[in-house]
Amino acid sequence: MIRCIRHIAGFTLLLLVALLVNAARVQLFEAETYTGNPANRRTFVERYGQPRGAVLVAGRPVTGSRDSGGRLRFERTYTDGPLYAPVTGYSSQVYGTSLIERAEDGILSGTDERLTAFPWWDDLTRAHRAGGSVATTIRPEMQRAAFHGLGRRKGAVVAIEPRTGRILALASTPSYDPNELSGNGTSVGAAWRRLNDDTDRPMLNRALRETYPPGSAFKVVTAAAALDNGTVTDIDASTDAPDPYRLPGTGIRLRNTASGCAHATLKDAFRVSCNTVFARLGTAVGLRGMVDTAQKFGFNDRRLRIPSAVAPSNFDTRMTPAQVALSAIGQYNTTATPLQMAMVAAAVANNGALTPPRLVDRVTDADGNPLFAVRHRRARQAMGPATARRLQEMMVDVVEHGSGRQAAIKGVTVGGKTGTAQHGVHNQGTPYAWFISWARAKNRAQPAVAVAVVVEDAAADRADISGGGSAAPIARAVMRAGLR
Amino acid sequence: MTATATATPARPADTPPPLPLCTQRRGIELALLVAAVLISVCGYLAVGLAKTHAVPSGAAAYGAGLGGLALLAHLAIRFRAPYADPLLLPIAVLLNGLGLVVIFRLDLETPGDAAAPTQLIWSTVGVALFTAVVLLLRDHRVLQRYAYVCAALALLLMVTPILFPAVNGAKIWIRIAGFSIQPGEFAKVLITVFFAAYLAGNRGALAHTGRTLGFLRLPTGRLLGPIVTIWLLSVAVLVLERDLGTSLLFFGVFVALLYVATGRTGWVAVGLLLAGGGAAAVGALEPHVHSRVEDWLHPFAGIAAGEGPGQLAQSLFAFANGGMFGTGLGQGHAYLIGFAMKSDFILATFGEELGLAGLTALFLLYALLVARGYRAALGLHDPFGSLLALGLATLPAIQVFVIAGGVMGLIPLTGMAMPFLAQGGSSVVTNWIIIALLLRLSDRARAPRPEVSELPVPAVRAESVPPEAGR
Repeated sequence: MIRCIRHIAGFTLLLLVALLVNAARVQLFEAETYTGNPANRRTFVERYGQPRGAVLVAGRPVTGSRDSGGRLRFERTYTDGPLYAPVTGYSSQVYGTSLIERAEDGILSGTDERLTAFPWWDDLTRAHRAGGSVATTIRPEMQRAAFHGLGRRKGAVVAIEPRTGRILALASTPSYDPNELSGNGTSVGAAWRRLNDDTDRPMLNRALRETYPPGSAFKVVTAAAALDNGTVTDIDASTDAPDPYRLPGTGIRLRNTASGCAHATLKDAFRVSCNTVFARLGTAVGLRGMVDTAQKFGFNDRRLRIPSAVAPSNFDTRMTPAQVALSAIGQYNTTATPLQMAMVAAAVANNGALTPPRLVDRVTDADGNPLFAVRHRRARQAMGPATARRLQEMMVDVVEHGSGRQAAIKGVTVGGKTGTAQHGVHNQGTPYAWFISWARAKNRAQPAVAVAVVVEDAAADRADISGGGSAAPIARAVMRAGLR
Repeated sequence: MTATATATPARPADTPPPLPLCTQRRGIELALLVAAVLISVCGYLAVGLAKTHAVPSGAAAYGAGLGGLALLAHLAIRFRAPYADPLLLPIAVLLNGLGLVVIFRLDLETPGDAAAPTQLIWSTVGVALFTAVVLLLRDHRVLQRYAYVCAALALLLMVTPILFPAVNGAKIWIRIAGFSIQPGEFAKVLITVFFAAYLAGNRGALAHTGRTLGFLRLPTGRLLGPIVTIWLLSVAVLVLERDLGTSLLFFGVFVALLYVATGRTGWVAVGLLLAGGGAAAVGALEPHVHSRVEDWLHPFAGIAAGEGPGQLAQSLFAFANGGMFGTGLGQGHAYLIGFAMKSDFILATFGEELGLAGLTALFLLYALLVARGYRAALGLHDPFGSLLALGLATLPAIQVFVIAGGVMGLIPLTGMAMPFLAQGGSSVVTNWIIIALLLRLSDRARAPRPEVSELPVPAVRAESVPPEAGR
């Protein structure tokens, strides 16, 4: 009997061992699989269990936290939500995050390993790391000028500090209030559906995620290609472009809205925006030369991050000469984000050197200690310095004597280029008004700011839409704010 | 207070030497009890501090209540079972206390449903019954006489819930005046008593008579008949009520006792074969069980089907979140477990908030409890006592394995209560009775062997228990 009792005891011991081994399997060896399961709500609950770190503009937070007392406890709040929505994005319990909220989520939510000195100790003690803050490069007065300049029209503004690539303003209209998407009440779902069903697409970040045909504003790139390739050596010498210009290999005759384009000089053609001259220059430079220069400015770059992803701007790499001619005046398949066109203006202003744009200045922990240096990418030469200086001269000419007069600021050197891009079937869509420019205080060597403005205004009379009329005043207001 | 050898009067020179010194160790028991109550109160405070950042208002009352119960039980033991095993009561108090802490902690997640006060009332009832058993049951062998009464009572208790409506698919509850009672819980003690008594009475015949069939010697039907009938009846009732955990429990205890009583390995083989075949058949045919088996095999099937995580998946998530040291009491996300989080799935909260370390400690507490039961079984000299101690200790052993294995994905889930830990009045009361009986048995096992001259035991009883019987 004693032997049998011992056997039973031994069997019970086996059961105990099985339980312990299984417990170790579930809690240690397979724990990561279970924790990482997307259906495991614990991740979300812990994520919202503490206030989220702040997004700073000029040292002041534009975001806050509200304790909802619910399961997903802390909800995001935004001050000046519509104004900064294209910068911050939203952070929603239901719909996730976007833009900086998404790109810097690890820092803001406190999950980033870099927030702690001893990660293994925190893992052991399950210490919750408080969310760090993200300082943006935005200057509030410029952001306001851009936002109010656009007003009720659809469009976008990007302003860049040419030398550093810091994005000073990033506006997109119509905007939305990310406060509406915070939390997880029924109103959040309603707001989400309303914003998504809106035909004006207020949640679309037009500055980063929408590409437009750049129209005549692209002539800056074509001129740079022509000068860098030696196709044009003297901007004051006559080009051999006839008016109208027959696209090579086709019977299509390209005309101008401006007069005096036949055999105009590059500088004159740039000032009055002659399609014929630039279309012909494009074919003269050739596909390879045009693609090369466009890509140096950042076209066709799928990897651009600021740190949010930016929609790639397009310049086709396989085209017939006629398509190259149309692409050279910013039509055909050529499309660009407002950020891309701001980069073009910035590269010209910065003597040909293009610094990749960025929106984040500094990342700190919850106490404000800098965590690590934000990796500043080095400038690359988009064109030769001599080419850049001649382009600056031509762009100043546009503002002083050409279509960009509304951008002029007294006592400041301003260079610009207008664009009125046609689109739609048979060009029946409302044209987009472009203006790209840069400004430099007279007593400074460095340009202060480069700006790109696009206005897509279906309500406006077609005749009123032109880069000089609609977009240039906005660019002027932003540049003035930047020079202050 | 410790190490008091029995002060026996002077013996005649020809009597055998005294047995090894038997110690009472009641002081150790008291010290362990104080520790158990302190640990529970600390857990209670930890929950309050974590959830509301304040000392919970009922802390003093909770500590006093638990301490009072422990003291009452301790005094009863001092008075009537001075040689009882000093570990049993502290372990029971600690498990009961921890259960109250975790239930209190889960109450904070479910504002409409406070189970801890009810559980405390049931614990009080349990300790009262414990005290009654310790005080009134002077000799466990009395129970042997009531074997068939126990069997009849157990069957009656198990049949009663059929008359009451089903709760969550199982007809195992009786609802009276807002209290729900699970009579099957009491039945398991009664059935164990019956098994032990019947097998103790017939073990010689069971082991040595009957025909040989291959390696197995089958006892005659007349011998095996009654016990198999009652066992089959109870299992049939349980299957009818869909209480599969308890039927498994009865089966396990039956096989274990049969094996120990007859000493024949063949019974274990037959038992395992029967269990395997029965489980496979029920798992394939019965839809309720079949779904449990499916859940066990594919705990994340619900997620893949877009229905969200099932309960087993939620339980595994909770355990995984606990990791090595747990999130700390009150700092897990127990409400995600949802249904039955205070009863069947209470272990998931325990594992999440106290981690593998806490869970191991808990399993070891149960193991210690079971081991002390087996220790008593080894020390007893009457077959009935041995078998009863073995059966009573095996009950929590199988129960812990079945429920812990179920909620952790080791075996298919069968609804059962974690002894002492889970919410459930009948369960707590029954477990206290089991502890009382084990204490009584261990007291007898550890007490100095009474000498015939000192024994005021009726002659007939002494005759039925020859010393060293069956060894």
